[in-house]
Amino acid sequence: MSDLLDDPIPGQNMPEYSVSELSGEVKRTLEGTFGRIRVRGEVGRVFKARSGHLYYDVKDDRSVLACTTWKGQIGGLSVVPEEGLEVVVTGRLTAFGAQSKYNMNVDEVAVAGQGALMALLEKRKKLLETEGLFASERKKPLPYLPQIIGVVTSPSGAVIRDILHRLRDRFPRKVLIWPVAVQGANCAPEVARAIDGFNQMTPGGALPRPDLLIVARGGGSVEDLWGFNEEVVARAAAASDIPLISAVGHESDTTLIDFVSDRRAPTPTAAAELAVPVRLELAAWIEEQGARLSRATTDGVQRRSQRLRDLSRALPRAETLLDTPRQRLDQAAERLPNALIRGVQNRRLSLSEVTAPLRASTLQRRIKTDRQSVESLTERAAPALNRVIAMRRERLDSQARGLNSDRLQKDLLRKRNEFNTLLQRLSSVGKAQLNQLHAKVEHTDRMLASLGYEATLERGFAVIRSDGKLVTSKEQASGATTLEIQFHDGRISTGGSDTEKAVPKPPAKKPKSTPPNQGSLF
Amino acid sequence: MSDTPVEQMTFEQAMKELETVVSKLERGDVALDESIDLYTRGADLKKRCESELKRAEEKVAAITLDASGQPTGTKPVEGL
Repeated sequence: MSDLLDDPIPGQNMPEYSVSELSGEVKRTLEGTFGRIRVRGEVGRVFKARSGHLYYDVKDDRSVLACTTWKGQIGGLSVVPEEGLEVVVTGRLTAFGAQSKYNMNVDEVAVAGQGALMALLEKRKKLLETEGLFASERKKPLPYLPQIIGVVTSPSGAVIRDILHRLRDRFPRKVLIWPVAVQGANCAPEVARAIDGFNQMTPGGALPRPDLLIVARGGGSVEDLWGFNEEVVARAAAASDIPLISAVGHESDTTLIDFVSDRRAPTPTAAAELAVPVRLELAAWIEEQGARLSRATTDGVQRRSQRLRDLSRALPRAETLLDTPRQRLDQAAERLPNALIRGVQNRRLSLSEVTAPLRASTLQRRIKTDRQSVESLTERAAPALNRVIAMRRERLDSQARGLNSDRLQKDLLRKRNEFNTLLQRLSSVGKAQLNQLHAKVEHTDRMLASLGYEATLERGFAVIRSDGKLVTSKEQASGATTLEIQFHDGRISTGGSDTEKAVPKPPAKKPKSTPPNQGSLF
Repeated sequence: MSDTPVEQMTFEQAMKELETVVSKLERGDVALDESIDLYTRGADLKKRCESELKRAEEKVAAITLDASGQPTGTKPVEGL
């Protein structure tokens, strides 16, 4: 036994793995132990490789799980993972030996909770709305009667059947079905491609271009309908030049495509009703129009012929047109001769009435009478004149007789006496008045003499003047060249002047007493 | 009256003009000559509409796609 090569050391008796053996063992263990599992987490980084495989992370606040979905599996996903989306992934845990890593192969992705899904939908809605894709002016009118209707839906199932049935009932049309997946990860890209593909067809080509599109799907869960909430579908619908009706889910389900489609139908059946009018109703309408057309035309002609009949009835016959005037002419002609005769008769009568009093004898009688009255008046004219003259002269004479000279002289005498009397009275009155005035003057004179200074002179006073002015003081007297002294019986001038007969001077107020010593004047 | 020949009108155009013609005639204020013309036009329009209605045939086809999802042709669909 000594040729035993190796004496193993106790405790070293463990099997030895190659790296690949271990990797395979780990992989087996992982897959066997966990089997098919569900993991909940938030989608992290998503990477779609050129090969078509999908690599992404699902994480929670501490750990990260690497996930893989192979290209062939993607079609089966109801939701394509998107960063930030809360999901529950289903699949098998496996290891990738080449890098000593494990990961999970996911064949099903479900959104964890509808709240997260709705938040995602709201975000997309807001984005598209800000781009103006929901604007009502973008909506195209549907054709009244489309020739070809393109339907984007699943080729099997109730939806296409409902649409075709309703179309058949209303107005059978040509229908082109573009088959698509209506749920799962393939749904959105396929629907988008279908809408785009229909728009790229040429009218009347080998594949004739529809003039109306219906994108339809039956009811389902939010996850089932999710493909129609994808942005790529909404953008394809918005870009479609062909008017598009969306009919996804039931009435209560509203998906993103409903906001951008030109019309939204609550159900696929309703989409068919929006698409075409009812043929029988149209046929009836056309019949009615035809009937109205004929009736209106016939009525127009009949109305005109009726009017023509009425007018021609109202038109009088030509031969009767002259009856009335002719009758009038006859009557007038009949009355004409009589009228003429009567007219002459009437005039003759009135002529004779006028000429009856017009006779020569009448005129002559009247001339004679007038002449007589003229003659008698002429005869009476001269005596009457004389009579008037005599009468006037007589009256003149009688007046001249009244003009007597004795009476005049008597009157003169009387007036003269009256004058003399008045004269005497005047002179006697004048004399009496004169005496009275004399007496008054004397009286006044006496009063003046008693009041005047001259009377004082008689009692021995004298008035001294110099140069005609009164001298009342010694100074005046001594300054004077001559002094004139007035006494009651005359004036003397001292200093060689002769005595002057006194003429009464204007009365002085007061006789001046001669100063006692006035002797020495020279 | 529009200038489009009746044969080239769509169903909707023909319908609308037929309606116009009828109401014009029914108002009764067109001249006799014109009303005859209108009637002729209306009859043509009606014929056009009827022929459109008669062409109501159902034909359903599904588009066939190649591996890359491009349309290749159509195949008839029956039994739906």
